[in-house]
Amino acid sequence: MLTLTCPHCGVQADETELSAGGEAHLKRFGPGSSEEELEGYLFARENPKGPHFERWRHAYGCGKWFLAARDTATNQVFGTYPASEAQPADTLRDLVTASRPGWMWRDFGGEA
Amino acid sequence: MRRYSVFALAREGFRQHSGWDRAWSSPAPKSRYDVVVVGAGGHGLATAYYLGKNFGITNVAVIEKGWLGGGNTGRNTTIIRSNYLQDPSAAIYEKARSLYEDLSQDLNYNVMFSPRGVMMLAQTPHEVRGYKRTAEANALQGVETEFIGPERVKELCPIIHIEGPRYPVLGALWQPRGGTARHDAVAWGYARACTAMGMDIIEQCEVKGVHSANGHVTGVETTKGTIGCDKLAIVVAGHSSVLAQMAGFRLPIESMPLQALVSEPIKPCMDVVVMANTVHGYMSQSDKGEMVIGGGTDSYNAYTQRGSFHHIEETVRALIETFPIISRLKMLRQWGGIVDMTGDRSPILSKTPLGNCFVNCGWGTGGFKAIPGSGWAMAELVAKGEPGPLAAAFGLDRFREGRFIDESVAAGVAH
Repeated sequence: MLTLTCPHCGVQADETELSAGGEAHLKRFGPGSSEEELEGYLFARENPKGPHFERWRHAYGCGKWFLAARDTATNQVFGTYPASEAQPADTLRDLVTASRPGWMWRDFGGEA
Repeated sequence: MRRYSVFALAREGFRQHSGWDRAWSSPAPKSRYDVVVVGAGGHGLATAYYLGKNFGITNVAVIEKGWLGGGNTGRNTTIIRSNYLQDPSAAIYEKARSLYEDLSQDLNYNVMFSPRGVMMLAQTPHEVRGYKRTAEANALQGVETEFIGPERVKELCPIIHIEGPRYPVLGALWQPRGGTARHDAVAWGYARACTAMGMDIIEQCEVKGVHSANGHVTGVETTKGTIGCDKLAIVVAGHSSVLAQMAGFRLPIESMPLQALVSEPIKPCMDVVVMANTVHGYMSQSDKGEMVIGGGTDSYNAYTQRGSFHHIEETVRALIETFPIISRLKMLRQWGGIVDMTGDRSPILSKTPLGNCFVNCGWGTGGFKAIPGSGWAMAELVAKGEPGPLAAAFGLDRFREGRFIDESVAAGVAH
């Protein structure tokens, strides 16, 4: 069972305690944006087979949103961080690079 | 290729069955084909088959990274129905269902289509209203369905507990010509028919890249070398986003595990398919006697082909409430497939930003039932370069234009 550590309350929560919130770091496009931008924001997804950044809510715990880096092919979790962070920290990216050299996710990536 | 028939069976019976041909060949790839189909599952093979049968295009390769029919075609719960709310869905699923009716004769391969009837239980007043609406829509679409009351449900499926504590059965949407088929045989039958038309089915051949020039596809890079093609059809279900990334575009798809499980075989006790969408579970009995059970998808993206254990718990808990008879059944096997979910829970059959590259994906949790209709519509799209009437509504542009085919409301969780 998938277990994530909530960065807010520090609890190691299994997935029945959490609710998944889909892809992280989406830039919101609202009224006034182009059709292409709105479509991209609403529907187009990275959906990678490999390292992925995603949103979670500690629904049956502290109730707060956080983000996680996880490999979708193996469910290996690289780390979690508060949803207020606009980008994953370099230390987290280095952790991903250490086990998945050459990974890419949007314009985040590790050196091969 | 020799036809299967009662005479062939008799002839082989007299010589220790030594003269059967291989059902399909798995040759080394040629350097170039008119059409390369990526994915030798049901949808990919059906696409190739109808390209040959309906359009005379037989210089076709179907390439597959694993083994034939080893993805979702071999992992589903084999339910076939077409009782959808929206007109475009009803059209393509009903086309598929009607092709299933004589698919065994068409392919000369017994796919064991069993139109035993499918019932979708209504267990809340909201579902009653929803299914009555679907029944009316189906009447207009020419799909034979009927809303039946709880007494009729009990009559058709005596092992159902009608007056369950949480969700009593208030009725059901009944499609008498829905049913099941032998999932592997569908893939094998199409593969054999494709080989008979001279197509190449290349297994253990993973696509590593897509070649293009001037905005048009020119071929694919694979683990068995470069294969050139005029047209490319990407029919890979859960891995569609991975292939799309190679071809240089994004899809409105998220891939999630969906699990199924089977019990130990028991005596025949249920001769219909029952789906209970409110409580997330569906069940039918296979010809071997196993109860075949499916539930809902995981809530987060993954390619693990396993799925989370608590989803099995939820599914089994819901089904035990509806079918108390199964409470002591032992489960034999459990597995997961990776389903490709779109925002509106409807499939994508479409041209792509890359010229002469087409995608068929997004069938989500209900692709098996659509295999013949999907292949039929996809073959037309690939052959003509433009979608025909069945595929027209399922283009990628619908997400930009807001023209959704909203089946997530119509069918709840189970498709």
